[in-house]
Amino acid sequence: MNDVKSVKSDFGMDSGVKSLGDVWFDFKENLKAGELGSLPAILSILTLVAIFGAVNPDSFLSRLNLANFLEQSSSVIVIAMAVTFVLLLGEIDLGAGFVAGVGAAVLATRLADGWSLPTAILISTLAALALGLFTGFMVAKVGIPSFVVTLANFLSFQGILLLLVRDGGSVRINNDPIKDLVGGTLSVSQSWLFAAIVVLGYAYVLLRQHRTSEIKLAVPVIALRLLMVAAFTLAATAVLSTDRSLPRATAEIKGVPLVVPVVLVILVLMTILLSRTKYGLYLYAVGDNAEAARRAGVNVVWIRLSAFMATALLAAVGGAFLASRVNSVDANTGANDTLLLAVGAAVIGGTSLFGGKGRMSNAVLGGLVLALIPNGLSLVGERTVFGTEIDFGSSGIKFIFAGLALLAAASVDALSRRQST
Amino acid sequence: MEPILKLTDVSKSFGPVKVLTDVSMEVFPGTVTSLIGDNGAGKSTLVKCIAGIHRIDSGEVEFEGSKVDISSPKDASDLGIEVVYQDLALCENLDVVQNLFLGREKTVHGLLDDLTMERSARETLKTLSVRTIKSVRQKVHSLSGGQRQTVAIAKAVLWNSKVVILDEPTAALGVAQTEQVLGLVRRLAEEGLAVILISHNMNDVLAVSDHVCAMYLGTIAASVRASDSDRESLVQLITSGAANLEKDDSL
Repeated sequence: MNDVKSVKSDFGMDSGVKSLGDVWFDFKENLKAGELGSLPAILSILTLVAIFGAVNPDSFLSRLNLANFLEQSSSVIVIAMAVTFVLLLGEIDLGAGFVAGVGAAVLATRLADGWSLPTAILISTLAALALGLFTGFMVAKVGIPSFVVTLANFLSFQGILLLLVRDGGSVRINNDPIKDLVGGTLSVSQSWLFAAIVVLGYAYVLLRQHRTSEIKLAVPVIALRLLMVAAFTLAATAVLSTDRSLPRATAEIKGVPLVVPVVLVILVLMTILLSRTKYGLYLYAVGDNAEAARRAGVNVVWIRLSAFMATALLAAVGGAFLASRVNSVDANTGANDTLLLAVGAAVIGGTSLFGGKGRMSNAVLGGLVLALIPNGLSLVGERTVFGTEIDFGSSGIKFIFAGLALLAAASVDALSRRQST
Repeated sequence: MEPILKLTDVSKSFGPVKVLTDVSMEVFPGTVTSLIGDNGAGKSTLVKCIAGIHRIDSGEVEFEGSKVDISSPKDASDLGIEVVYQDLALCENLDVVQNLFLGREKTVHGLLDDLTMERSARETLKTLSVRTIKSVRQKVHSLSGGQRQTVAIAKAVLWNSKVVILDEPTAALGVAQTEQVLGLVRRLAEEGLAVILISHNMNDVLAVSDHVCAMYLGTIAASVRASDSDRESLVQLITSGAANLEKDDSL
């Protein structure tokens, strides 16, 4: 293979084996270049867990709260993944929260009218796609800035939601699969099966990378990564497989919450779409330089239009999570801070508001951060700080902290952008 | 030798403004033809006519000996005519391979075939003797100006193109990088491509060209052999449209 030798002289970094030291070096180089990735989100999670854990170890670090926290974060995570599509283009969808609400309302009213679950899901999906098509058409074809279009949608989609739930009413959900989506658990044996699938799946991804890339990771690096993921997965499964019900509760609660595998499946599918398909690549290309993409033959209008449809579709899935958590849909489903938290989650995770940069996993990490804040603050409760009594569990304090976290993430985004150009 | 691209009496007006008047020009495979001229002389318009962005009003365009009608950029690239504009049109958030294959990705079962594209990108860069890029998986935003120009040119020639038009490829580059890009321009010609180079820098023009076409007020003032001309006479051609030079008989 004299071929390989000549390649080495021209593209020195394109082949060979990366040791642990090389990986650490690359990591430091990326930080210097302002490529923080998901590091701020991971540090935030560790810091928040440490602080809340220290202030209130009994309730915050309890197994019940761990499961509860995962369920709380699920809807924010899914809607954050939804808005990632338009964020990659440097666009915004302020109406995505109400698309979630409308999707949930259509689902709930169809079920209440006695429709079967598959037809209700289909109709809800079509409704969301229609809303996304409308938004995408206005932005990509008519040429109105997405901020304006979706600000208008924020109002009119809320109107649709109000009509569907009939002003101030609420629609109960009695369908078991939808009720269990947030709140249900896998059985203990299913939980262990799920853990095994996760570990083996990750091992497969590492192996495949090793086979198909000319830059090989050294065996210790691969082993270390696999070991860390396996240890984390198995430990979490072990913790969640023991009974976590309150002391005087009548029924046991154990097993991995159902939202975990569901969110994980969505994450894997969306990650494959973004990083392994033409469509995903074109989203990044259009987000960075639409003119270059157009000259390369990319149908820029279709990419823009379809991104809004993808956002709407996934937002409606998020709407099902919102509805499942309280087993009903009302005028507040997807309202208030839903959309801001979702955009915030994506940005905190490392997705750029300026377009062209971001991943689906960012939405998950950012969603965990933004769910930790209210969860932790509620459990801190009333405390006396510098002689004044403050109720950390109050909505006011939660909103302020979530707002500050969002602002901090946007600052990191803006600063890292300045550093890299 | 037969010209691969031949323009005969091409004219183009925008409303009352006559931008090109009876422009005739021949471009040969394996050679570098420089197009020089002052701002407003009509270089960009001429290039845009060849690239299919503007339609010509009158005159004839022949490609490989037969008359062609280039009415869209797609017509031009179908013939094998590629243009590298000054803004390069690269996506900085994508890596070298992704930029080279943008719009023409290779897929297996609907998924991107990254390894095949990576290998063929490396192969193309190697035939062009590009040695300055450390990894084809580098993001373009981490590349220097010269490296970006190289990637943009490689992108244009990756698809078996026959005529490559370079719009001021060295305008924003330093000395060493200019040297590299000019070397690349020469190698494109050695690979058998016909290269049209637009430049304001007479040193660059004299360094790499075989032929020089000087434009003056929408006409071709002179077509000369680069070896027969010098800096002063070229500047004279640009500013006054005439100079004491032997005309290139082959043109």
